[in-house]
Amino acid sequence: MNAPIIWIVFPAAFAILLLPLRNQRALSILGGGLAVALALIAQFVPIEVAMLIGPLSLKIDSTLSVLGRALIIQPTEGPLLALIYGAASLWFFGAEASKTAPRIVPLGLIITALMVASIAVQPFLFAALFIEMAVLLSIPLLTSLYSPPGRGVIRFLIYQTLAMPFILLAGWLLVGVEASPGDLALAAQSATMLGLGFAFLLAIFPLYNWVPMLMEESPPFIAGFLLWLLPTITIIFGAGFIDHYSWLRSSPQLIVALRSAGLLMIVTGGLFAAFQRHLGRIMAYGVIAETGFAILALSLDSRLGIPILFLLIPARALSLAVWSLSLTIIKEHTETMRFRESRGILRIAPFAATGILLATLSTAAFPLLAGFPAKLALWEGLSRASLTAALWMGVGIVGLLISAFRSLAVVSMAEEYTSWEPRESLMQMLMLGLGVIGLFLLGVFPQTIQFFLFNLPAMFEHLGR
Amino acid sequence: MMLTFSWVAVVVIVITSVGLLLARDWRSSIILLAVQYVAMFTLCLSHMPLGMASVKVVSGWMSAATLGMTRSSLSTPDIDEENNWPRGISFRLFAAGMVGIIVAGAAPRVNLMMADAGTAVTTGSLLLIGMGLLHLGLTANILRVTISLMTILSGFEILYAAVEGSVLVTALLATIILGLALVGAYLMLAANAEETEETESV
Repeated sequence: MNAPIIWIVFPAAFAILLLPLRNQRALSILGGGLAVALALIAQFVPIEVAMLIGPLSLKIDSTLSVLGRALIIQPTEGPLLALIYGAASLWFFGAEASKTAPRIVPLGLIITALMVASIAVQPFLFAALFIEMAVLLSIPLLTSLYSPPGRGVIRFLIYQTLAMPFILLAGWLLVGVEASPGDLALAAQSATMLGLGFAFLLAIFPLYNWVPMLMEESPPFIAGFLLWLLPTITIIFGAGFIDHYSWLRSSPQLIVALRSAGLLMIVTGGLFAAFQRHLGRIMAYGVIAETGFAILALSLDSRLGIPILFLLIPARALSLAVWSLSLTIIKEHTETMRFRESRGILRIAPFAATGILLATLSTAAFPLLAGFPAKLALWEGLSRASLTAALWMGVGIVGLLISAFRSLAVVSMAEEYTSWEPRESLMQMLMLGLGVIGLFLLGVFPQTIQFFLFNLPAMFEHLGR
Repeated sequence: MMLTFSWVAVVVIVITSVGLLLARDWRSSIILLAVQYVAMFTLCLSHMPLGMASVKVVSGWMSAATLGMTRSSLSTPDIDEENNWPRGISFRLFAAGMVGIIVAGAAPRVNLMMADAGTAVTTGSLLLIGMGLLHLGLTANILRVTISLMTILSGFEILYAAVEGSVLVTALLATIILGLALVGAYLMLAANAEETEETESV
């Protein structure tokens, strides 16, 4: 038994077998079931520890050699795999309700496996290659062969592809900086390369114009999946860079850069969301702000910032799953997701309208919802470091709150005497209901998730200690 | 001898990359792309064994063939972008000249930065990256966007071959180039979906 085979090769092979399947329910159950099984194994079965099951001795090796290099899943990375596959199962189980199972389940599984491979590959900077492969696979997921691709998809492809060379070259230059730390010019060059690479990958201001376009053009549920998975793994990859290079870790300029980038994304994401007249674009700016929160967490003292970063991940996954499923359902009942066409949708899709509202509020750190505990801790930590920065974070949050209340006004603004005619299916109501309960559970009892998150910082050698 | 071949490859890169920028017919673009991969192969040979450099040229040719076969199955004419100012031939030549000047200025420094990869290798690589970026900035046509991305990645591959000789990286980069061509082909087919549907209904 080998960890990379279990969490990378097997899901990818299983996904290929699922490709010809067309039954929404079967795909949803098979994909979701596999993801949950992989998450449970990752959480409860230790890697590199021999276990006796009756007469059998079972040990999961951490290393798989491929073409002279290695894919290594460290024993400390088990909880992260559990988190990734657990969150992916949300999308796979919700695929039936969104009627996207034939696309999202097989391709989503392969993309998830590739993203796990990006965490496992050694040397770790080769991760950029696996991320690029995942991006290429995302294109058939985002566009149909029977409708022309929009500008957002093309820009997504361009921006994500441009990131790879920058990161690979930066990785090579960083080795030189490590060897001669006094060479300031080389350090500046490598930092610039690295910054550009991550700016493209994470869609950092002003390189995020494809995100709102994508949310307008593509199926929201699929776009939501990609906008959760790609930035989440990229942030962990980025944290790996900081963990690996001591000069980067101890650089005060890096903290300033991360803080500025994070705040810029939160403020612009929040303010732009407040002025949108399209429900999909509001989600896009919410996603941008979420990425900003994660980058901001990285700028804090790592003993505080890294646990906050990991606390943000499940909240982001659940909020985006509920948000994107709700938008998919609303899109079924309206021509577009513009405010004009979405007026009074609460009476046709009450669960979806509620889902949108609660997911937006969760992103805006509204109390009792999933996003609140992590963002409160982030805000508190940030205020200790810089009150001005905390104030700017507040501006972004106010923008997100305004967008939530504008959405509420629009979805509930029906003509007088319009009757309630819910048209959501039982499966859609069930999935959204569970998602909303989850949002409250994570908000009211954040300690429930601590069991999974407690050991996550151990995956880094220096950060979080 | 190798140095001479390298400089010949740089000249070929100048011709193909400027040609790609000016070409209006998709057939010329595909041929130029295939020739560009031969030049790239020559430059990679300075730092790579023949087998690994061959992987790059074969994957490049396969990608060019994929794009060409897909484009040949579509009957829509090439989108004429020449009419829109400032995208005329003279503007493109001027922009290509600017890229050339920047590359000439930057190549010696980048050469030092990249473990003395060789001036010809660095110049060829930077030319491809610069011309690819320029091309990307001037077009919204899916075939051209794909070709531009492949050009940029070719330039990067030449430079990266000088510092990283891993088999895994070569294999993954070849897979990415092939994947990019397949994605380009997919998007081209999708962009012509209405036309295909109309043809089928007739």
